[in-house]
Amino acid sequence: MLDKTGIAKRIAKEVKDGYYVNLGIGIPTLVANYVRNDIEVEFQSENGVLGMGPFPFEGDEDADIINAGKQTITTLPGASFFDSSMSFSMIRGKHVDLTILGAMEVSESGDIANWKIPGKMVKGMGGAMDLVASAENIIVAMMHTNREGESKLLKKCSLPLTGVACVKKIVTNLAVLEVTKDGFKLVERAPGISVEDIIKATEGKLIIEGDIPEMSI
Amino acid sequence: MINKKVANINEAMHGVTDNMTLMLGGFGLCGIPENAIAHLVKTGVKGLTCISNNAGVDDFGLGLLLHKHQIKKMISSYVGENDEFERQMLSGELDVELVPQGTLVERCRAAQSGFPAFYTPAGFGTEVAEGKETREFNGKMYVLEKAFEADFAFVKAWKGDEAGNLIFKGTARNFNPAMCGAAKITVAEVEELVPAGTLDPNQIHIPGIFIQRIFQGEVYEKRIEQRTVRKKS
Repeated sequence: MLDKTGIAKRIAKEVKDGYYVNLGIGIPTLVANYVRNDIEVEFQSENGVLGMGPFPFEGDEDADIINAGKQTITTLPGASFFDSSMSFSMIRGKHVDLTILGAMEVSESGDIANWKIPGKMVKGMGGAMDLVASAENIIVAMMHTNREGESKLLKKCSLPLTGVACVKKIVTNLAVLEVTKDGFKLVERAPGISVEDIIKATEGKLIIEGDIPEMSI
Repeated sequence: MINKKVANINEAMHGVTDNMTLMLGGFGLCGIPENAIAHLVKTGVKGLTCISNNAGVDDFGLGLLLHKHQIKKMISSYVGENDEFERQMLSGELDVELVPQGTLVERCRAAQSGFPAFYTPAGFGTEVAEGKETREFNGKMYVLEKAFEADFAFVKAWKGDEAGNLIFKGTARNFNPAMCGAAKITVAEVEELVPAGTLDPNQIHIPGIFIQRIFQGEVYEKRIEQRTVRKKS
């Protein structure tokens, strides 16, 4: 089974040379740490920066330079700042190559819910609805089940949706799956996890064809 | 040169009354009009509808107005950093409209640019699209979203000149440019106000035509919400 870092490491392998990438808050943020350093990638943050770098050294932090998680950051050579309207032109206009975000639930048809638990948590969708409605290459980073062991990969989402039929790939602590028109297609198993474990943890329709390889990280 | 400089903050804020709709720039606490917010708190104007990406934190930014119950309705995309906000929302004291971030900024920009409405794919098939017109273009579904109507826009820039031209710094730009000229009156506050002719016209982000009043803020705290650093090795 993978921990959050393991999920981030596996997703990092999906990041290709020349990609502009938008990372959501949580596990997705960790992905930046594990991208191969022999490829050129630029990270976009929807509050208005392309070419994000690591956190600043102590004492160098600037209140005017933050990421979408409101954390102080730095920029790399080639970086640019822009306003929110242009930022979402990059997103809706499909100029961003890859979007990685977290989810509370995903359905077998690719619906995603990650912004609201009625009566409990209402923080807002931020840029998530714009991202999932437009991006063609969306990878979801999530735990396969909740704390009670119930599947978060469902036939139908129970929480309010963020977007419909938009998720293409999911990396969980147990598996890598692709969303196809027929359901979740199992692509890889996490180290030490059997196909049976994944079947047990998946409520939505799971497609298993041939031998499922163990993922390499 | 048409001079937009006002003598003081009282003049800058003149005409703001109860029950108005205000736009306020900023993302989190980054690039917020600190001096305008402080003045709104001081005057006690209430029943406000505030259009702003976030709602500040408990003791800074729009959180200061929430604390004094001056806000009737918030229109935002993300409000997760504020306990008092959550309490007022769950108790029904505060009306909240959550809007996808890209839609929020474009509803400002539409008002700025003379578009009554626009289609966006964001929110289709979700509760955001409920009751709204939808339409198919090239096989994909879109939601019709309308331009905002606001009485005042309060924006914050790094530098400005007496003609109202603005230059922003870093990610403090965010929602500010789209709000300029998107309300009946736009008030810009800047860290440094210089005479016209000082700024290079090539470097201007927002031309003064969108600004009605400009002033230099007395003080900027520029609070950092999440101070993240790495150790020097």
